[in-house]
Amino acid sequence: MHIRRSAEEIAANRARYEEHQKKGLNFAPKALPGKSALPAPDLDDKTIVHREVIPGGWYWSTRVKALETLRVHLTHGFSTVSLIAWNAADPVERLNLPDTVKMQWTTGLGKGRVIFSDMGKVMFSITEDSSGAHDCLMGGSTAASNARKYAGSNSAATRNSRDNFVLMATKAGLSKRDIPASFALFAPVRVDAEGRFQWKPELLNQGDYVDLRAEMDMIVGFSNCPHPLDPNASYAPNPVTIARLAASEPAADDLCRTATAEAVRGFENNAFAAL
Amino acid sequence: MTEFKATSPARSLDNAVQDHFIPAEAPFSTVVKKGQILRIEDSYGQQAIDTLFYNATDFSERYSSQDTMREQGAAYISTGTKIISNEGRIMLTMVADSCGRHDTSAGACSCESNTVRFGHATKYLHACRDNFVLEVSKHGMSKRDVVSNINFFMNVPIEPSGEMTIVDGISAPGDFVELKAEMDVLLVISNCPQINNPCNGFDPTPARVMVWDGEA
Repeated sequence: MHIRRSAEEIAANRARYEEHQKKGLNFAPKALPGKSALPAPDLDDKTIVHREVIPGGWYWSTRVKALETLRVHLTHGFSTVSLIAWNAADPVERLNLPDTVKMQWTTGLGKGRVIFSDMGKVMFSITEDSSGAHDCLMGGSTAASNARKYAGSNSAATRNSRDNFVLMATKAGLSKRDIPASFALFAPVRVDAEGRFQWKPELLNQGDYVDLRAEMDMIVGFSNCPHPLDPNASYAPNPVTIARLAASEPAADDLCRTATAEAVRGFENNAFAAL
Repeated sequence: MTEFKATSPARSLDNAVQDHFIPAEAPFSTVVKKGQILRIEDSYGQQAIDTLFYNATDFSERYSSQDTMREQGAAYISTGTKIISNEGRIMLTMVADSCGRHDTSAGACSCESNTVRFGHATKYLHACRDNFVLEVSKHGMSKRDVVSNINFFMNVPIEPSGEMTIVDGISAPGDFVELKAEMDVLLVISNCPQINNPCNGFDPTPARVMVWDGEA
């Protein structure tokens, strides 16, 4: 026999949820600032730990230390860059997009938002972002999606993100079991009222960039392959530049660390785990 | 509990080969064979039933929310949805849905995410990811195998602006989904214990799982 909860308890929990919901949907306590200006500001050479140009279709993974920043920059024309990440100290902790979107009440990630692991901790702060045009839902390409889209092409000429992720996971001592849902940067995907995915190229700009500040030591993987919804019928990803920048301590009023109640609590979890 | 609603004269309460009562807040797993029909019933209504599928003969092949959404070009799950694995293969096909819309974007609740969403005081509440970890552990898997899941009977509209919020469920008592297995699958369920948002009407309730052999 199942015993139902009391009407009073249900009403109290509902009231508490609605308070969180109101704050979350109204960007409390801080309003987010909108998009970063273009062109991307020049980098001081002294701050660059490493610079990598990933050819179209290829992958790259790197270790990154807490408070370093990864700048992902479309220096050679348009491309979509899919990203996954693991906690370097414990790769069973990894990027979790469903948690990231539901905790922040939006799939529209941009400047001021954060990206969470599956353990309620912040992996990245999005400290700069010129487009806000990213895909948290569909993820990257696969061999099958490319075979359909680029019929007649040989598969070696149409590398895909799923196989790239298998390669980088394996080279990090992990396996395909460890590949989380991926976050596609520069993929302007939105949903309509029926939940169908739409590609919105008007959200993109020439020379778009994103700065991701690492909030823990991580292994971060990037795949530079066209998004499945990219309307370009030919396979033509451009090279993408990723700069790994030296750590710098955020200010006390750092936007990403203070913008939302959810981010504040996520950073409290980071701080506790780092003790 | 409610009256049984048949979707085919071939399937009745009397000829189900499996019939499981899943208590409120509990985990559950079973194997469904290729060709069999699986029914997941929201017995009391407004109950999120968090669900994962694994290839029963190779657990490294498992449900992929992103492959499933990409293949149908849409975010919600309903009749006709092909449940796709991380190898791009069809695991099951949804053949009946008395509810209309199910989520696969919002994932499973966890003690850890509850602290972020609802405050640190909500950490010590039973949660889906703990259910999943315990249940997959019975099959030799671990937390690394708990991937992004389906939330049957959970209502998470996504706005064109990107805004998303969990709202009151639209499932009535006795609502069900039916899926035809296209390979032998391990079904893993967490009957969601969340009381901090409306996914269970703030009152988690029991569910039911039934399996029939395919029609000859």
